[in-house]
Amino acid sequence: MRNYSVFDIIGPIMIGPSSSHTAGAARLAKVAASISGDKIVKVEFLLHGSFAETYVGHGTDKALVAGILNMEPWDENLKDSIKIAQEKGIEIVFTPADLGEVHPNTVKFIIGKEDGSIRQVTGSSIGGGNIFIFDIDNQAVEFTGERPTLLTHHRDLPGVISKISSILYEENINIANMRVYRNGKGKMATMALETDSIITEEVMNKIKNISEIDNVKYINPIVEGVI
Amino acid sequence: MFVSSGKDLLEKCNEKNIPIWEYTIREEIESSESNREKVIEKMRSTLHVMMNSSQYAQDNEVKSVSGLIGGDAYKIKNYSDKGETLTGELMNKAMARALSSSEVNAAMGRIVACPTAGSCGILPAVVLSAGEKLNKSEDELLNALFTAAGVGILIAKNSTLAGAEGGCQAECGSAAAMASAAVVEMMGGSPEQALTAAAIVIKNVLGLVCDPVAGLVEVPCAKRNIAGTVSALTTADLVMSGVYSKIPFDEVVEAMYKIGKQMPSELRETAQGGIAITPTALKLKKGIFEN
Repeated sequence: MRNYSVFDIIGPIMIGPSSSHTAGAARLAKVAASISGDKIVKVEFLLHGSFAETYVGHGTDKALVAGILNMEPWDENLKDSIKIAQEKGIEIVFTPADLGEVHPNTVKFIIGKEDGSIRQVTGSSIGGGNIFIFDIDNQAVEFTGERPTLLTHHRDLPGVISKISSILYEENINIANMRVYRNGKGKMATMALETDSIITEEVMNKIKNISEIDNVKYINPIVEGVI
Repeated sequence: MFVSSGKDLLEKCNEKNIPIWEYTIREEIESSESNREKVIEKMRSTLHVMMNSSQYAQDNEVKSVSGLIGGDAYKIKNYSDKGETLTGELMNKAMARALSSSEVNAAMGRIVACPTAGSCGILPAVVLSAGEKLNKSEDELLNALFTAAGVGILIAKNSTLAGAEGGCQAECGSAAAMASAAVVEMMGGSPEQALTAAAIVIKNVLGLVCDPVAGLVEVPCAKRNIAGTVSALTTADLVMSGVYSKIPFDEVVEAMYKIGKQMPSELRETAQGGIAITPTALKLKKGIFEN
């Protein structure tokens, strides 16, 4: 039997109309944007299942764009997001698509950056505003964004993970969950590492300095703070 | 850990001689490793969002994103203000508040899912209207929200709060049950009476399906928020008069869960049955998605 907080029952505070089609969509896009980094010039949203069928009426389109603009799921400007994106010169395209055997509320983000690079992120809105990211740049990876999450792209060599965990240990940061995904031994691997406490810029820089690490991203949990 | 049944909840409350809201606050402090002030302040900001959402569409004629609903909370308020209603000021104000939150939700405004976005009108309308009538302080309204949360936790643990799993009985039914229990404790009723109110409210909506027109949280959802609000308020009076439920809360919740399981998927939020496939609903759906 699952345990619930008072604020699971009376909450979240959100922009309507639907926790899965609106609040969850905004969270997914916010995480996708933070994976991609800034200077986004174009986003194509591939909408699957229920997202494809009802995105207009549920405001899923506005919620997704709001997330790309880094708005919180409870930001009242969310409904004007498409206009704001246009003003910022971000090109937006919505395309209904069949993404295969995935949750009915799934979206694939194809994010174009100013330098011409493309990032791809796929995730699902699984109910109550909760989300699940399962693919980044065609690499399987699983995390929910409920905790502070580190995403590394590194060479799969002995000792890399231990270097990362030692840095976290020195800073007294507890690892809650850790998964490594790789295409083959010694090739590039992706790791999703969820922690119990916030990771500071300083710790991030130490991790970035590990020679086998090609790229590391930090994703803050989206929790209701000051409203 | 929060108890797993209504029976255990009553035992805990009786043992310590505390209401459900106090038990719920203590458990929240412990499970979130927080303190009393933080937990209460978080609920206070939640209450303030509820106050805004339940008022906004009474003062402003809002329209939903699809254009399907809106402007009705404004109508009820004006009607109520004339003072010639049949069921009185309390009931009409409560209806206006419930509809206001539902309309704000459909118009992409800020609401509190309690327990869900689709049923977000009921708890604010019931607690704010009863609190106003009984001259309760803001702190007492917060206590009422903790009572409601405690009852909601029990329903979530033993059944479901999602329309996709249990139909509207699980969403608006649970919201109304939580709200009625909250008002009973606000009126000085015992924890047992609070759970009695929750049981009676749920019994009266068992079998209610989730059949949203065009799959949107608008028709018939907004008006079912009104129905839940009215039921929560009248049931509080019923219970305070001394009436009891012949079937205890835990068994009613289990019955609700089983009924949800027996419901075909067409009647669980998929918009494939019930009101959603009436000729008029299908026409409305066509109008929304072709524009």
